[in-house]
Amino acid sequence: MIFDALLIAVLVLPVLGAVTVALFPARLDRAARVAGTVFAALTLLPVVLLPFGRDDARFDPSASLPAVRPWAEVDASWVPALRLDFHLGVDGVSYPLVALTALLTVLCCAYTVWRVPEGGSGRTLLALLLVLEAGILGTFLALDLVLFFLFFEVVLLPMYAVIAGWGGDDRRRAARKFVLYTIFGSVLLLLGVLTVTATAGTGDLVVLSGGTELDKHTQYAAFALFAVAFAVKAPLWPLHTWLPDAHTQAPTVGSVILAGVLLKMGTYGLIRIGVGVAPLGAARAASVLGVLAVAAILAGALICLRQTELKRLIAYSSVGHMGFVLLGIATLTVTGLQAALLGNVAHGLITGLLFFLAGAIKDRAHTGDLAGLGGLRETAPRLAGLLGFAAIASLGLPGLAGFWGEAFAVVAAVQRGGPLWLTLAVLAAIGGALTAAYFLRLLRKVTHGPASPAVLGVRPAIAGPEWLAWAPLAVGVLAVGLVPALVLAATAGPMLALTGALR
Amino acid sequence: MTSQTVDHVALLPLYAAAGTAILVLLAELITGRRAAVAGALVAGGLATAVCAIAAGGTRRGTFCAPDGAACSWVPSPLAVAAAVVFALLTVGVLALSLPVLRLGSAPAGEFCFLLASSMTGGVVVGYAGDLITLIVGLETLTLPLYVLVGLRRFAPGERVSTAGASASITFFLISVVSTAIALLGVALNYAVTGAIHLDRLIDATGPAVPVAEVGVALLVVGLAFKVAAVPLHAWAPPTYEGAPVPVAAYLSTASKLGGVLALALVVSRLESSAVTAVLAVLTMTVGNLVALRQTRMVRLLAWSSIAQAGYILAALALGEAGVRAALAYAVFFVVLEFTAFGVVVALRPAGADGGELTAYRGAGRRSPWVAAALVLAFAGLAGLPPGLAGLFAKVTVVDVLIDQGWGWLAGVVALNAVIGLAYYVRAAAVLYSAAPRVGVPVADPQLLDDATHPRPPVGRPVAAALIGAAAVAIALGFAPQLLFAALT
Repeated sequence: MIFDALLIAVLVLPVLGAVTVALFPARLDRAARVAGTVFAALTLLPVVLLPFGRDDARFDPSASLPAVRPWAEVDASWVPALRLDFHLGVDGVSYPLVALTALLTVLCCAYTVWRVPEGGSGRTLLALLLVLEAGILGTFLALDLVLFFLFFEVVLLPMYAVIAGWGGDDRRRAARKFVLYTIFGSVLLLLGVLTVTATAGTGDLVVLSGGTELDKHTQYAAFALFAVAFAVKAPLWPLHTWLPDAHTQAPTVGSVILAGVLLKMGTYGLIRIGVGVAPLGAARAASVLGVLAVAAILAGALICLRQTELKRLIAYSSVGHMGFVLLGIATLTVTGLQAALLGNVAHGLITGLLFFLAGAIKDRAHTGDLAGLGGLRETAPRLAGLLGFAAIASLGLPGLAGFWGEAFAVVAAVQRGGPLWLTLAVLAAIGGALTAAYFLRLLRKVTHGPASPAVLGVRPAIAGPEWLAWAPLAVGVLAVGLVPALVLAATAGPMLALTGALR
Repeated sequence: MTSQTVDHVALLPLYAAAGTAILVLLAELITGRRAAVAGALVAGGLATAVCAIAAGGTRRGTFCAPDGAACSWVPSPLAVAAAVVFALLTVGVLALSLPVLRLGSAPAGEFCFLLASSMTGGVVVGYAGDLITLIVGLETLTLPLYVLVGLRRFAPGERVSTAGASASITFFLISVVSTAIALLGVALNYAVTGAIHLDRLIDATGPAVPVAEVGVALLVVGLAFKVAAVPLHAWAPPTYEGAPVPVAAYLSTASKLGGVLALALVVSRLESSAVTAVLAVLTMTVGNLVALRQTRMVRLLAWSSIAQAGYILAALALGEAGVRAALAYAVFFVVLEFTAFGVVVALRPAGADGGELTAYRGAGRRSPWVAAALVLAFAGLAGLPPGLAGLFAKVTVVDVLIDQGWGWLAGVVALNAVIGLAYYVRAAAVLYSAAPRVGVPVADPQLLDDATHPRPPVGRPVAAALIGAAAVAIALGFAPQLLFAALT
């Protein structure tokens, strides 16, 4: 079937692109970067075509079908000895993230054609971005547990290389911290995955979803392993400490990919694998997850209020936003899970844009120190305006993308009822208000007030490639904000089936 | 008593391997040319591999007990795979050694003969059907290595170093002691159970059980010396460091594989989970922790290969159930480790030692492909893509541990993988780090660095060995099923 071929193309094109770019000689660096961008753009093509393979007749939520019903599917045996099948598929849960990944990679590649961060050759960076894309897409598409783990691992070293090769002054330490934290999560994931496959005798997510194959105690153990593994990646407070360093030191495109989609591997994994494969474990751990998620929201917001560095502030804001996503997941209701999916996509778009803007400001003003910035509105009104737009979207203004995920995570917690969840909902709402406080503080410091010496020299014009990279994100923020159904269109069925397993 | 018929076809791999050693000696004697000697070893090594495959792993054993039940020479798929790996490793190590032989710092004839003898021992280990054959094979595998470690001719005027000789003596003494321990173990076990053939090994019953148990423990400990398991590991780092790099490569691949094979044959038949599990936990943890602090390349590889042996031992602690995983891991490891040593040979001047880690700075820029091979090898040893072979190795071991209900040991393996990554990443990052600052300001530090660190030319044999090893590593990464199928 044509859509199954498209699914393969989504993975093969970035890999082909990475190989092609790597084979270019050093003197053709720019040509190599253009070629890489072309491959990234080509990847977008099958991604755009995939939803046409959707067959709504198969999405009757009342029918007792498996929780995972992919639109397009590829299933081939790879390593029978390890129960590893090359099983890919896309459905309403994974598709928005697949599209987000493909989009952000194209933007980052195009941005790299225009400007290569200091540290290494542009074509190597581009090749690494394409490998990252293949790994992230593979993670979202995998319908086999072991395959999921494999793709989860693929992104580790390329991201390390991006931070350590093209990052800021303290890049090596930050990169090492990132890679060690993440592999700690990865090995727990491996233990969880193998616990499940050894007990159930299969790694097929279509079969495993709903948890019918596993007894209660296996589910408890597996969910505990999965939860910690994905909590490191997401990251969930208190396992988040790698994130600010990695974000602050990474080059702009690295931060965009990291915040935009890499973190989503954690939250997506928690929904698809954690809740999907071990629903009883999820139900048992829900309140703990909820408390941690609200702690993350509050901690993220309070830390952000004290930040003095632009990229670091945005990085910590991710901790808070991921807290809302996790709160949505922890409620284990359809509303909450949908809010989590929406929050994922919204955070990817908004934070991607924020990191692009922060990178642009740091490049121009040569400082990211909030005390040294100020009055950007005076010298570069367009840049300041965009930053304002992104910040307001991030703080969750209704009508922009950030609102739905956070508001409905709180709504879901209220719906869940009971003193604990009501308290959590109230605290999360307070966290949302604090989010507004620190973003307004950020805007006051950076855009308002008299122009600081660093900002006076700022070049006001926004280059063409910058518009090209930012405009799709800004439009996406607006579009998802106005029509959240764009993301949620095909999620109701899978989410009902997923939560159905809990009843 | 009738004379036994000997199945000579089953013995073909042994004939080929032993014949290679003789052929090498003759070639040295008749032609005296280095190329002829090396050619003879390459041809013989490949012939051994071909013979092993041709003779097949399904044939009946030979040299059997009169009733025909237990045999001393037992072809099996596993033995065939082991013989092929030993033969290819021998050819590969020869390719890595050619620059040294060309320098004349080791006599080619003797070097190749010893290598061929060692290969013969390796082949015997795989096919061994009784404990005596097993230990004789293991000794034939290691004996030539004592000499190879110290075999070094110094050019007139060259500073004479005794590092090789002292490494050789350390290795020799430890090995002899370990063999004695293993033999004592065999003897004690034999005294109680009367079994020497692997097929007849059974856990003892009756009043003498403790004696038999001590025998098994001693045997496992004796064999654990060969794989450098902690606390019996202390010989490995100085020996690797003192030996020429290609010989160190052989020690950490072929010699280790021999030890693993021997252990696998024993633990699959005799209950020794406890002692093997303790060795496994100690080996991986100590190996990884000490490797964290290493600043010299070969020492780092030595400690990391100690840690890797720990993962293999972890699978072996399961007994029969873990054998396939352990051997699969061993083969994956051997390929990756050989690649890593190949890169060290390629990046260093001919005849030099492994050097400090800092000597590899900027190698990623000067020789991008060779550096990429090292990244592949280190990533694999750490168990991460792009070293998919290593990832599958880790998954195999953890999978079998969890499957058999040894979750705690799987957890220890997993946590050790985290520690392991710390030093692999550090060592690989060195390749891509910028040149160190010199005291005076320089217009183009890269130019200066290139001038002071000339890129040593990579000889054709070394390049061929490296490409071959990397190709095998990549192929096994995408089709690990090939290996699993070959082992069963």
